[in-house]
Amino acid sequence: MRKTFGQKLAVRSLTLEVPRGEVFGFLGPNGAGKSTSVKMLLGLVSPTGGEATALGAPAGEVNVRRRMGFLPEHFRFYDWLSAEELLRLHGRLYGMSRSRLSERVPILLDLVGLTPHRDKRLRDFSKGMLQRIGLAQALLNDPELIFLDEPTSGLDPVGRRLVRDIIKDQRRRGTTVFLNSHLLGEVEITCDRVAFIKHGEVLETRELHGALDGATTVSLRVGNLSTQAASGLAQWTSSSHVEGDRVTLGVASTAVVPEIVRYLVGQRIDVYEVTPQRLSLEELFLQIVGEDGGL
Amino acid sequence: MGVWIMAGVTFREAARKRVLWMALAAGLAFLALFGTGLHFQMKDFASRDISLAIRVGARNAMLVAGLYAVDLLTVVMTVLTSVDTLSGEIASGTIHAVATKPIHRWQLLLGKWLGFIAMLAAYIVLMVGGTAAVAYFISGAEVHHLVRGMLLIWMESALLLSVTLLCGTSLSTLTNGVVVLGFHGLAFIGGWIEQAGALTHTPRAVTVGIVASLIMPSETLWRRAVSEMQSPLLSAIAMSPFSNASVPSLAMVVYAAVYLLAALGLAMYRFGRRDL
Repeated sequence: MRKTFGQKLAVRSLTLEVPRGEVFGFLGPNGAGKSTSVKMLLGLVSPTGGEATALGAPAGEVNVRRRMGFLPEHFRFYDWLSAEELLRLHGRLYGMSRSRLSERVPILLDLVGLTPHRDKRLRDFSKGMLQRIGLAQALLNDPELIFLDEPTSGLDPVGRRLVRDIIKDQRRRGTTVFLNSHLLGEVEITCDRVAFIKHGEVLETRELHGALDGATTVSLRVGNLSTQAASGLAQWTSSSHVEGDRVTLGVASTAVVPEIVRYLVGQRIDVYEVTPQRLSLEELFLQIVGEDGGL
Repeated sequence: MGVWIMAGVTFREAARKRVLWMALAAGLAFLALFGTGLHFQMKDFASRDISLAIRVGARNAMLVAGLYAVDLLTVVMTVLTSVDTLSGEIASGTIHAVATKPIHRWQLLLGKWLGFIAMLAAYIVLMVGGTAAVAYFISGAEVHHLVRGMLLIWMESALLLSVTLLCGTSLSTLTNGVVVLGFHGLAFIGGWIEQAGALTHTPRAVTVGIVASLIMPSETLWRRAVSEMQSPLLSAIAMSPFSNASVPSLAMVVYAAVYLLAALGLAMYRFGRRDL
């Protein structure tokens, strides 16, 4: 998909596929086009070019929205409604029956910890409470696909934990979760896979919870490393750094680690320690997106 | 179904706006002032030897002036209560939670329109009915076709509402308010030029007025309403500034209805296509 607002390019060329049941993290610096992309997938913004499908139908199609949930970045609604009234109103917009709502609303209020505040007006809610009720309305219809735009924004640590638990629960239920977040620590814990986006293009997608595969760094402690043996490592590594007996290698995949060990042993090098090091998501983010954050 | 849910929530939202309660308070203050003024005028007439024709003419003039004030309040309230319903909710993000539900955008807009129109109907019944009642009980002045008059003022209000929603699909709140009230002002001036033109038999002035009414037919509905609410005799003897020397034709009312529906339809179409 592509989106321009007049002369301004918001999303250059977004190509993405998210399989059902996956918790997918959508990462990128400010202004990378994340929100616009999510809005296009929800039908709030129409793409200038390209197309998308969600749950087997064109993205934004009215009937498919019955099976989707959405938590906007800053959830706001008419502040004279009480928490319970808000959920009932949104439930009716989903086309849910009164009996179904009488069943679902207490469950959701309980889930987001707002049962004691069910009759309180939204105007008396804190930012965190608004975010919680927004999360509840996004889950009302037992969605098959849920978009969460910065769900932990405004939440305290207890609230963030709640969001993590809800996402885990949604994963168990087989719901596809599309998570837009700046908090990389949260994403690292909750997501199966992430995409890094910059200037409206996906730079890279990465599995997070599989085996230690993909590009990583391997740290070795070796004895008597000759210059000749060190230069031989270049066939597996994209970068290497030697400091005393400590060698740090950048490798394309941890699959090459046994080959490196075999090579070193074959070269009669003493190997004391081999530690593949996974980059934190934050390091990975900076590596892929760049320190300038795309500015 | 989505239309009625939106209509209900919009009605409740509009009914909670401070501007509505201020307009109601202003309306009630006006009714009290109107009733007091009328009362003393009638008392004064009774103590002096004033001819019946002048008495009837004067109380009719008072009644029409009262209805005119109510119409003005209705116009201002229509625009002010609805002017930020689209632009404001788009800016605050409130609209995102609704527009991602299984409801068409046109249903969302139509629901809002219905919610406002219901609130305005209640306001008009209360205020026009209140003015008519005060005038009747204090001075005995009767509104000729009360329901027709109310319906025409309601239609004027619906027309302004439709134009406000149409402009709200692309303009910011403030610009929208300025544009719609500006157009109504144009129609207002046009109406007076047409009246003056008719009284002085100046066909070109009448044409200017008609053109203004074609551009924005809101004021023309008020002029039709006032002619319906006055007795034909009083209207004809030109005892008030609203004595309709040139009464808008039925064709003009039909034109206004088509204009209203076109504005509403276009608002639904444009809202359906715009990015939120």
